[in-house]
Amino acid sequence: MVARARAPQHPQQAGPRAGEGPVRSRVALRVNGRTYALDLDNRVTLLDALRELLDLTGSKKGCDHGQCGACTVLVDGRRANSCLLLAVTLDASEITTVEGLAASDGALSPLQEAFLEYDAFQCGYCTPGQLCSAVGMLREAAAGHPSCVTDAATAADTAHPAALTPEEIAERLSGNLCRCGAYNAITRAVAACAATEAPDQAPRRPRT
Amino acid sequence: MEPFAYVRATSIQEATEAYASHPGARYIGGGTNLVDLMKHGVETPATLIDLTRLPLHDFQELPTGGLRVGACVSNTDLAVHPLVRTRYPVLSQALLAGASGQLRNVATVGGNLLQRTRCPYFQDVSKPCNKRQPGAGCAARDGLHRDHAVLGHSAHCIATHPSDMAVALAALDAEIELHDGEHGTRRVAAADFHRLPGDHPDQDTVIRPGEIVTAVLLPPLAPGAVSLYRKARDRASYAFALASVAAVLRLDDRRVRHVALAFGGLAHRPWRAATAEEHLTGAVPTDDAVGEAVDAELAAARPLRDNAFKVDLARNLARDVLATLARSAPGGAAPTGRRP
Ligand SMILES: Cc1cc2nc3c(=O)[nH]c(=O)nc-3n(C[C@H](O)[C@H](O)[C@H](O)COP(=O)(O)OP(=O)(O)OC[C@H]3O[C@@H](n4cnc5c(N)ncnc54)[C@H](O)[C@@H]3O)c2cc1C
Ligand code: SF4
Ligand code: FES
Ligand code: FES
Repeated sequence: MVARARAPQHPQQAGPRAGEGPVRSRVALRVNGRTYALDLDNRVTLLDALRELLDLTGSKKGCDHGQCGACTVLVDGRRANSCLLLAVTLDASEITTVEGLAASDGALSPLQEAFLEYDAFQCGYCTPGQLCSAVGMLREAAAGHPSCVTDAATAADTAHPAALTPEEIAERLSGNLCRCGAYNAITRAVAACAATEAPDQAPRRPRT
Repeated sequence: MEPFAYVRATSIQEATEAYASHPGARYIGGGTNLVDLMKHGVETPATLIDLTRLPLHDFQELPTGGLRVGACVSNTDLAVHPLVRTRYPVLSQALLAGASGQLRNVATVGGNLLQRTRCPYFQDVSKPCNKRQPGAGCAARDGLHRDHAVLGHSAHCIATHPSDMAVALAALDAEIELHDGEHGTRRVAAADFHRLPGDHPDQDTVIRPGEIVTAVLLPPLAPGAVSLYRKARDRASYAFALASVAAVLRLDDRRVRHVALAFGGLAHRPWRAATAEEHLTGAVPTDDAVGEAVDAELAAARPLRDNAFKVDLARNLARDVLATLARSAPGGAAPTGRRP
């Protein structure tokens, strides 16, 4: 398999340094409900493990330094940049990638449907990261998290979910860059989805 | 990246012992800074000791009315905690103004404090940098230094500390709790935790090798104290501060009873503005009084070739933040009808 041949394991360099323990670890990665028993070089990031070892190439590598959001996945339900996570640290975590957003019969999630409906992408490279980030962001808003643009009085109101204006959505998704500049459509798609109560379980919007 | 061994510690003692017995070991929290620097070849730990399974994820209300925050609490969880949002808005605002939702979910309180500078030459191992390699020189001094320090820099290093959170902690008179296997626990004022570069720019903070940040302690704020964080950056979101201001203000009969002002983005550490605070304490915080106090503080600025703009930026931010707080603080506005 080509993907495996490019696996970033550098076995030729992976000898232990003086006085150190093993530089590989056994890790049970839980991804999209499946458990993968892996023997990994400790250096392998979650992003590389997904793409190169598990053939889950939906998560994209844009910058590899936490600056673009293309690699965003959900770890224990929260969005995170998989390029800065070491896979070895994630034993026992539940990871959801863009491949895990649709139902098992292939039916798209409401957010994916909204992205199609509102033309929320051009080249599509940032889209898996945008989708996973938006799923996490909608959960944060539902839990009442304020953002940097929330006014002080609303931010101090800890009892209600956050209202997602376009300005709020743009701020909360600022960790996802789009080189094609599809931001306006992304914001509209997410706003449409936010209008339904539960982003994860909401019934699917009819395609118009 | 160099190969490394991995140890998952489950107690503080296990972590400090692992540190002592593994030469070249480094602690890892969320890894959002350390893994990045390992990819750049700036950090080459022989062993990573993972702290995220330590029992340091709790918030604890203190009998004094303060709040103890475990060092492994995520930046998100700290920013959105109800007590932080209501009692210490400056801290919540500073955290939410930093990085992105994805990064804040992973980044820890301890790691945020100990993140390294974003100086591009520090991150590029092909360039001379005294912070990375003492004695090598400083590529930024004659290079790109628009983002660098205007206060407290030295001939050896002109870098700034990038944390927004640390600026709020300095203004809140928070304390950092540190633990090492041998001597137990000590506390350091947040405003004294980071150092000025002097002739040891390789040392960002006063932490000793092997010490673990175990908690941040937030003291109670007196009733009526108000606080605010404001940050100026090159784009509206997801960028480090060019300059930022954290302030806490309490008025009594229109006069300043307590003021704490800290600048971010201007120095090698959060810059607690003692001179400005002294000017304002006891004064009525009119626009003029605030302006004079801030000017007195920033008179110490020594901008570099390309960053004099930061001084004006900081001045405007500080005036604006203090004026906003003076308007919103209880005991501020003259009661209508009594004082014309
Ligand atoms: C693209 C990008 C944008 C960013 N923007 C901002 C911004 O605008 N504002 C801002 O403030 N920050 C910003 N950050 C930085 C971010 O806040 C830090 O990377 C993060 O807070 C570090 O926390 P961590 O837990 O991931 O630390 P790690 O990477 O795990 O660790 C950082 C350092 O701290 C040490 N360490 C960690 N925990 C402990 C502990 N408990 N005791 C002792 N040592 C410890 C590690 O050994 C390491 O040296 C940005 C980062 C990125 C990648
Ligand atoms: S400013 Fe400091 S961190 Fe940057 S190159 Fe100079 S010595 Fe290194
Ligand atoms: S690839 Fe991870 S943030 Fe860019
Ligand atoms: S659609 Fe091309 S990068 Fe976003």
